[in-house]
Amino acid sequence: MTTRMMLLLSAALALGAPQAMADTSGKKIALSNNYAGNSWRQAMLTSWDKITAPAVAAGTVAAADAFTTAENQATEQAAQIQNMILQGYDAIVINAASPTALNGAIKEACDAGITVVSFDGIVTEPCAWRIAVNFKQMGKDQVTYLADKMPDGGNLLEIRGLAGVFVDDEISAGIHEGVAENPKFTIVGSVHGDWAQDVAQKAVAGILPSLPEVAAVVTQGGDGYGAAQAFAAAGRPMPKIIMGNREDELKWWKEQKDANGYETMSVSIAPGVSTLAFWVAQQILDGKDVPKDLTVPFLRIDQDTLEANLATTQAGGVANVEYSQEDAIKVIEGAK
Amino acid sequence: MRLSSETLRLLVPALSLAALLAGVFWLQPRAMSYTGLNLLFNLAVPIALATIAQMIIMAVNDLDLSLGTFVSFVACVAATFLHDTPLLGLLILAASIAVYAGLGVVIHLRNLPSIVVTLGMSFVWAGLAVLILPAPGGTAPTWARAVMTAKPPLFPMAIWASLGVAVLAHLLLMRSSLGVLIRGVGGNQRSVERAGWSVVRARALAYALAACFAVAAGIALVGLTTSADANIALRYALLSIAGVILGGGEFTGGRISPIGAVIGALTLTLAGSFLSFLRISPDWQIGAQGAILIAVLALRLALNRLEKGRAR
Repeated sequence: MTTRMMLLLSAALALGAPQAMADTSGKKIALSNNYAGNSWRQAMLTSWDKITAPAVAAGTVAAADAFTTAENQATEQAAQIQNMILQGYDAIVINAASPTALNGAIKEACDAGITVVSFDGIVTEPCAWRIAVNFKQMGKDQVTYLADKMPDGGNLLEIRGLAGVFVDDEISAGIHEGVAENPKFTIVGSVHGDWAQDVAQKAVAGILPSLPEVAAVVTQGGDGYGAAQAFAAAGRPMPKIIMGNREDELKWWKEQKDANGYETMSVSIAPGVSTLAFWVAQQILDGKDVPKDLTVPFLRIDQDTLEANLATTQAGGVANVEYSQEDAIKVIEGAK
Repeated sequence: MRLSSETLRLLVPALSLAALLAGVFWLQPRAMSYTGLNLLFNLAVPIALATIAQMIIMAVNDLDLSLGTFVSFVACVAATFLHDTPLLGLLILAASIAVYAGLGVVIHLRNLPSIVVTLGMSFVWAGLAVLILPAPGGTAPTWARAVMTAKPPLFPMAIWASLGVAVLAHLLLMRSSLGVLIRGVGGNQRSVERAGWSVVRARALAYALAACFAVAAGIALVGLTTSADANIALRYALLSIAGVILGGGEFTGGRISPIGAVIGALTLTLAGSFLSFLRISPDWQIGAQGAILIAVLALRLALNRLEKGRAR
């Protein structure tokens, strides 16, 4: 009896579910991924499966297969893309090993009438779509948040990423731009934390004795927990440390929040951005007019959303969010 | 009918290529077309050129571990200097070929292990590549792009280019006196020396010739990708060694087979496509690629036994 009820219910749900345009029901989308060796990429692939499997089952698209190259090499990914052309995919969603070295293969795909959408690791070939991260904005947002929360301003400690990587330059440029607009803040120190908690902890512990009182720490993600440990070990008053959505950072924040009402925010890119790229590709196949350059929305966690995000974040992982078709349409509309 | 040992040596790689090709066609009939063949094989052209370069080094009993970074370096030069200031670009490439010849001389005179010297050089080439192109970019010279994307009659460019490389390498190494000298150095250096030939010169020439093929590989690669990246060809060092061995060459003794090496490079490329068409999970792909390699090599070993048995 109950089984029959459930069957009926699920049938009704399936019928009643908002059906996407039937235009893409025969289209096949492939994910070309160059690397799967860290938690972010693993989460990215899991998100892809989680969102595309129901989409395929519902007939929104015919297939959404994920491919990862055996080695993180541009030449190998170029061959992979050319194989996808032969396999007759209608769209290729790609996280590229190199922004330029795949351009030849991507041009071949475009010439074969295939829609190419790159995200995270984007490509420069003009015929492809790009879903890029505005790292500069990510840096600036931190200072804007602090300016709002700390009307008196104060001293900032900046933790940077890996020297020489473009992401590090971009986020740092955003932070400095934010500070220039809010003269009540002064950056009193800057260290490289290499996006790793242990490196950040050592670097902050090293510079702390030479610093005046620090009101807040601006970061790049993956370094907030280490910074907190360094401040605690030095016996200094705990500044406002901007977090980067890592599980250890969120957990520490939650502990502090419960203990003494500690307030901060956390911002980073969700690995589920692969699903955003999937829906964008689907929208393009559907004949929608989509601008070639789109921006990934940040996944921002605030005081009130902390618990919900921490609950869904795997131990040792990164806070994640999967995107829906509606989210993709919103991003596309926002870029027009 | 008795086959010569050279033909027998070529038979295994040729048959494995044919078997893989049949498998690919069966899995993906779309590949059985002009564009299909081009897509399957065009990235094999730079690998084939790099494999020939490696083969020439192996012909003098040496091994070049810097080939991957050297091809990357050439790709960076091709996408920047060769495109913007062709003359300067050519000059840089000529200088790098001279450096290779110099390496041959140093390795011979000081009796250094080539693996160590080329491993050291690989860092030099990688550093230069990053200096030239700190961030991925650059533009392929229009002529390189035109050559690599040309649509010649009958067969796609990838097939013609592979054939051309195979024939050219065969003539250079198997039919010319320079080729005999180079292989002689690998076979028996002392007898070549006693016969009055300069082994230093032969080794320098072998290295320079290898560099020429590696330069061609870099330019061909940029012609395909349209722009470069300092890490673009890192895999070529090991791929080229595998290609030579797969094609019937050997690490020592100057036993090489240019046509086999090109076939070996094509087989390696095709093996990747074959596995991807089979939808094997990426976690297993490296292993499966290795399994194909081992299978082909085992087959060759068996044939070698047969060959020896008959010679007795």
